Amino acid sequence: MIVQALAFYMFSFVAVAAGVLVIAARNPVHSVLFLILAFFNAAGLFVLMGAEFLAMVLVIVYVGAVAVLFLFVVMMLDINFVELRRGVLQYLPIGALIGILLLVELLVVLGGWVVIPQAASNAAAPIPPLDQVTNTQAIGRIIYTDYFYLFQAAGLILLVAMIGAIVLTLRKRPGVRRQKIADQLDRKASDAIEIVKVTTGSGI
Amino acid sequence: MVELWDIYAWPTIVIAFYVILIVAPLLGAVAYLTLAERKVIGWMQLRKGPNVVGPFGLLQPMADGIKLFFKETIVPASANRAMFYLAPIVTFVLSLIAWAVIPFDAGLVLSNINVGILYLFAISSLGVYGIIMAGWSSNSKYAFFGALRSAAQMISYEVSMGFVIITVLMFVGSLNLSDIVEAQSGGFWNWHFFGILFPMFIIFFISTLAETNRAPFDLPEAEAELVSGYNVEYSAMTFAMFFLGEYANMILMAAMTSILFLGGWMAPVDMAPFNWVPGPIWFALKIASCLFVFLWIRATFPRYRYDQLMRLGWKVFLPFSLLWVVVVGGWLIVMDKVPGS
Repeated sequence: MIVQALAFYMFSFVAVAAGVLVIAARNPVHSVLFLILAFFNAAGLFVLMGAEFLAMVLVIVYVGAVAVLFLFVVMMLDINFVELRRGVLQYLPIGALIGILLLVELLVVLGGWVVIPQAASNAAAPIPPLDQVTNTQAIGRIIYTDYFYLFQAAGLILLVAMIGAIVLTLRKRPGVRRQKIADQLDRKASDAIEIVKVTTGSGI
Repeated sequence: MVELWDIYAWPTIVIAFYVILIVAPLLGAVAYLTLAERKVIGWMQLRKGPNVVGPFGLLQPMADGIKLFFKETIVPASANRAMFYLAPIVTFVLSLIAWAVIPFDAGLVLSNINVGILYLFAISSLGVYGIIMAGWSSNSKYAFFGALRSAAQMISYEVSMGFVIITVLMFVGSLNLSDIVEAQSGGFWNWHFFGILFPMFIIFFISTLAETNRAPFDLPEAEAELVSGYNVEYSAMTFAMFFLGEYANMILMAAMTSILFLGGWMAPVDMAPFNWVPGPIWFALKIASCLFVFLWIRATFPRYRYDQLMRLGWKVFLPFSLLWVVVVGGWLIVMDKVPGS
């Protein structure tokens, strides 16, 4: 048990420290790498809770796909660090104001937080019981039965976001020569090659 | 004190011993895979391959290793030092930790976790970090181009790999690698390679080529344009770690192919002369045949052009594998083979 407690404190401490370093690091590439470290430690916390499916999906989706794209974009930015730090004092008041507002909102929400009385007993006896099914099956049963419509709605929102991104960035440029694979595969030898009998010394 | 020893210290020692038992043969296999690659491609091109160091060139990997070990590690002056050193370590470590969940025989697995295949998928999707960090921290144009190409390529092909894994899961009904192999027991006609999953095997195999940056998808290190891609600034042991990591990843991908489609440690026919041979030997043979095809493809196919590579991933593999998920789902229901029902 003591090892689990130690692991919990290690994961949560590193996650929080990495989160702080995300905004404190001067180099944006280092920021993204600290973000990845924070994701990893969150996955570690999930494993400690026995939710290994969520842990793996967190690593696959966030670290394996989302953060790679972050890193991709950030690495290609041409950032002048001196320029970046010059405006800090100018923007500090408004930044601090927004930060304080968010903190107050969080406190208001957390202050009115009430846990339903059955929560402890529900958590103690999950349905279906975890000694009969793996947690992958358990989460699947809940998502595809009780929360099916919400799950579908989440999927639709993602689809709409994807279509929106394509619509925003798609441009039709005239004069671009594109490779048409179907046309290329359609070509036969008889379309392209002509066999000519050449008598010696006369040319074509 | 005795309790501490029994519960924590002793199991840690045992696990460390198992880890050495897995990693040492793996590194040996990596060393001899490099020799096999040069030999096989040599024979295919009517050359002899390495044949000077030791009988048939068998000591060549040792010579290469010792040479790399005694060379000087050079760090470019404008490189980001911490990330420059971190990148090869990340690549190498990721290629080793994936082996924790690979089952070598019934019950012969270091960590038999329930989400084994997801773990493998997660580790293989992390492989891109070593490359992209190497490319960025070298502070060199060619290295950076190689890294960007590699990152885009690996992300693209992971999507269809995910769908292939989903179709296999629909057949098996479990994410556990041992269960996936057990579902293919009985004989080679029960392997996922034969039957409705065969097209997914083709897609998975080609995607593993792209995922490991192998020919014909080796654009990240296209020698002709990018010198050698993301690892151009690396020398000595830092380079060797990239090299070892890449080849260990090849072996890992071959092992994944064997587990998902070729019945893992199962004998092809469950009869007298075949099932005398122990499971790990069959597993190694299957991995070796997959690796031979890797080398064969390298000696045969020209390199893809970059836009063609992207087209293949996004416009051919992704729609087809998506369609095949639906087809396999319908087939399972029609044939009444849905697992767990």
